[in-house]
Amino acid sequence: MHDNEHASHHHEESFIRKYIFSLDHKTIGKQFLIYGLIMFFVGGGLALMFRWQLAYPERPVPIIGASPQYLEDGEVVTGADKMWERIYESEEEEWLEANMPNGVIEPAFYNMLFTMHATIMVFFVVVPILVGAFGNFLIPLMIGTRDMAFPILNMLSFWLAVLAAIIMAIGFFVPGGHAAAGWTGYAPLSSDPQWTGVEWGQNLWAISLLIQGFSSLVGSINYITTIINMRAPGMTLFRMPLVIWSLFIVAILLLLAFPVLSSALALLIFDRLAGTTFFTATAEGGGDPLLWQHLFWFFGHPEVYILILPGMGIASELVPVFSRKPIFGYRSMVYAMIAIAFLGWIVWGHHMFQSGMQPVLGSAFMTTTMLIAVPSAIKTFNWLGTMFKGSIRFTSPMLHAIAFVSMFVIGGLSGIYMANTPVDIFIHDTYYIVAHIHYVVFGGSLFAIFGGIIFWFPKMYGRYMNDVLNKIHFWLTFVAFNCTFFPMHILGVGGHMRRISNPMQYEFLQGFEGMNIFITMSAFTLGAAQLILVFNFFWSMSRGKVAEKNPWHVNTLEWEAPTPVPHGNFVGQVPTVYRGPYEYSVPGEESDWIPQAQPEHAHATGGD
Amino acid sequence: MLQWLPENVSTFGQSVDTLFYIIYYITLVVFILVMGTLITFLIKYRHREGQKASYIEGSTTLEIVWTAATTVIVFGLAMLSYPHWNKIKSPNEFPENPEVLVQVSGKQFNWDMTYPGPDNEFGTADDLELENQLHVPVNAVVHIRLTSVDVIHSFFVPQLRLKQDALPNRFINVWFEATKAGRYEIPCAELCGFGHSGMLGYLNVHSQADYDAWVKERWPQ
Ligand code: HEM
Ligand SMILES: [Cu+2]
Ligand SMILES: [Cu+2]
Repeated sequence: MHDNEHASHHHEESFIRKYIFSLDHKTIGKQFLIYGLIMFFVGGGLALMFRWQLAYPERPVPIIGASPQYLEDGEVVTGADKMWERIYESEEEEWLEANMPNGVIEPAFYNMLFTMHATIMVFFVVVPILVGAFGNFLIPLMIGTRDMAFPILNMLSFWLAVLAAIIMAIGFFVPGGHAAAGWTGYAPLSSDPQWTGVEWGQNLWAISLLIQGFSSLVGSINYITTIINMRAPGMTLFRMPLVIWSLFIVAILLLLAFPVLSSALALLIFDRLAGTTFFTATAEGGGDPLLWQHLFWFFGHPEVYILILPGMGIASELVPVFSRKPIFGYRSMVYAMIAIAFLGWIVWGHHMFQSGMQPVLGSAFMTTTMLIAVPSAIKTFNWLGTMFKGSIRFTSPMLHAIAFVSMFVIGGLSGIYMANTPVDIFIHDTYYIVAHIHYVVFGGSLFAIFGGIIFWFPKMYGRYMNDVLNKIHFWLTFVAFNCTFFPMHILGVGGHMRRISNPMQYEFLQGFEGMNIFITMSAFTLGAAQLILVFNFFWSMSRGKVAEKNPWHVNTLEWEAPTPVPHGNFVGQVPTVYRGPYEYSVPGEESDWIPQAQPEHAHATGGD
Repeated sequence: MLQWLPENVSTFGQSVDTLFYIIYYITLVVFILVMGTLITFLIKYRHREGQKASYIEGSTTLEIVWTAATTVIVFGLAMLSYPHWNKIKSPNEFPENPEVLVQVSGKQFNWDMTYPGPDNEFGTADDLELENQLHVPVNAVVHIRLTSVDVIHSFFVPQLRLKQDALPNRFINVWFEATKAGRYEIPCAELCGFGHSGMLGYLNVHSQADYDAWVKERWPQ
């Protein structure tokens, strides 16, 4: 075990070592957090652009689009008109002109927008924040150690992610545009430029994801090693907080899943650049487009659980703390996560029910998929059990945790429809799936992320986030989220396909125009609400109310560390752990919480 | 919510709709129970001064009960669905001797329909090729050989409750029997490139007499 050898000794570090090429897990965690928040705005902006097109097909987007007068008789009225005038006069083919003449989104550009929206949200927002930010910040603090096992690898992991983001960003500006084959990149659309006209965009997409994969691999090795080897004295596996369990399991999933994506991406690059035919069936033989789907989803389904498990972990921290009760069924929570991690490997075919796969396989995958609903249900019931006879405090983090639980219920239930092969015939590739995805990833993961940010902010930056702004942000987000995504279930039931740029081209979708406009309005509100969060985040870093060491009265070890947490985390020796993480409201105790590090029989005064 | 489903006009569509309804009612009940419980707990167990939470670490009985209950429900649903799925998608359970056999081939961004003609064989002189128009008689079994010449497309007829991806270099068989004459859209449901939106064919379901007339017109002997 680590001891006080390199305790909190301070040596002066240069600005660059301290804030940029830092080896400190906390700084790296914060770097991932800010990285994720920036990318969140990029991904969200892309979504608002294509939402505009869905509500008002073929109409210029606001602000940069040309005015009606300009479109009609070329009269320049707005600043945007002036810009278009200049673009049309210039000799060169300008980027805007190619992608959105007059501000109207071209179909090919539309495909690029949703492809990059999903790619960015999945690989550059949710994973970096949940795994990169929370994983890095929380693991050493919560298991009671001074840093990660391999700080240099940890730094490498962040800078690889930055490199991946830069490469992904360059893709927007190469000739032919960025990848436009969906975040799932189905071959042969993705594997042969002749089908999309996309040249280097798709290559850069693949290369960037390869690098992002290395970043995750490096990070996951680090997490696994740290959690196995470096826990504080007394921190047995079954005394670990559930968020650490979730990150541990996710690290294992990442380690096993990403190489599958990496190999698929490598084959894709060979197909595109070296003339191989792994994913193309040719008359002379060759490969098979379904190979891509199998590889992608063999990675992809574990990946979606990578997106949710840490969210479940965060909720499992917040619900007990703010109910002042032990988590209900700690062990069953752990086993449920392990069950999800195992079952997650044998359900990938549910994404391929309509792909032409053997129908018998479809039935097999339906069965396993139905099974994975069981551990999800167990977790939900346990969160409810935790609130039962609690003493619930409606703090901002708790509101987000409650939203997480309820939105996850909707997302889990909608999963059952699609797991059912006959019903999936109808709703596959419709907005029903889009609704499902967003209920689990936005309603689930992102609400957990928001709750987690507000909850751990005092430990990260030594200050509170402004609570009034937090509450406004929460309610706006909660309402706008449901207004945006719930109606998508209805679109799906109506048969509205996903990934189409103009629903008004179809007779059977004429009735959905109003709903699409409503969704777009809600989406703009939802986007605007996130500005509040980000403003609050950056403003509170320097202006927020100064927080005490353990403002929410939490048992876990991160709150034993002084605020702001020094290099090396703990003053003196690392704490020793005497009990599980959720000893709240223990009968006969004066205080309603007993920190994990408080020795037995010591007078229960509740820390500090 | 399910009143938004487009009208069903296929024989097996009823299976899909019935399962849809069963799941809808089950999940609705579960949803109301879970949310009801949650909201009750939130109100009843909200923090009040001087009141302490009860120390409850869990309950093995409850864990077993809800694990078993969900397992039974989801397994039940799966069991219920196998036969319907096989009926719709397993080629060895398709009704035999179809009245019409057509090859439908996705091609950026059209559906190419090929009728084998009176000899019922593809690749012969009496084949008929049509772009985006599929003609079939009502109340008759139709078999489709689905394929693609370029990327993956997906043959979707909402009113038939039928969707099947079309793959290059592969022939996938699907079947249906339409129960109502009319003209239905055949959108492509799988992203296939910049023209994906708007890739649209039509299924024309004729009365038997009209269909016979159409056949006569095409293959006058
Ligand atoms: C009760 C648990 C769940 C079940 C039964 C379930 C079932 C399914 C099924 C059957 C599909 C494929 C539908 C189709 O393409 O026709 C699907 C898609 C999807 N699910 Fe789930 N799911 C569950 C939970 C989750 C969770 C927790 C996440 C992520 C956090 C998630 C994320 C996704 C995503 C991203 C897709 C769509 C991928 C795409 O095609 O772009 N699901 N789900
Ligand atoms: Cu999946
Ligand atoms: Cu298509």
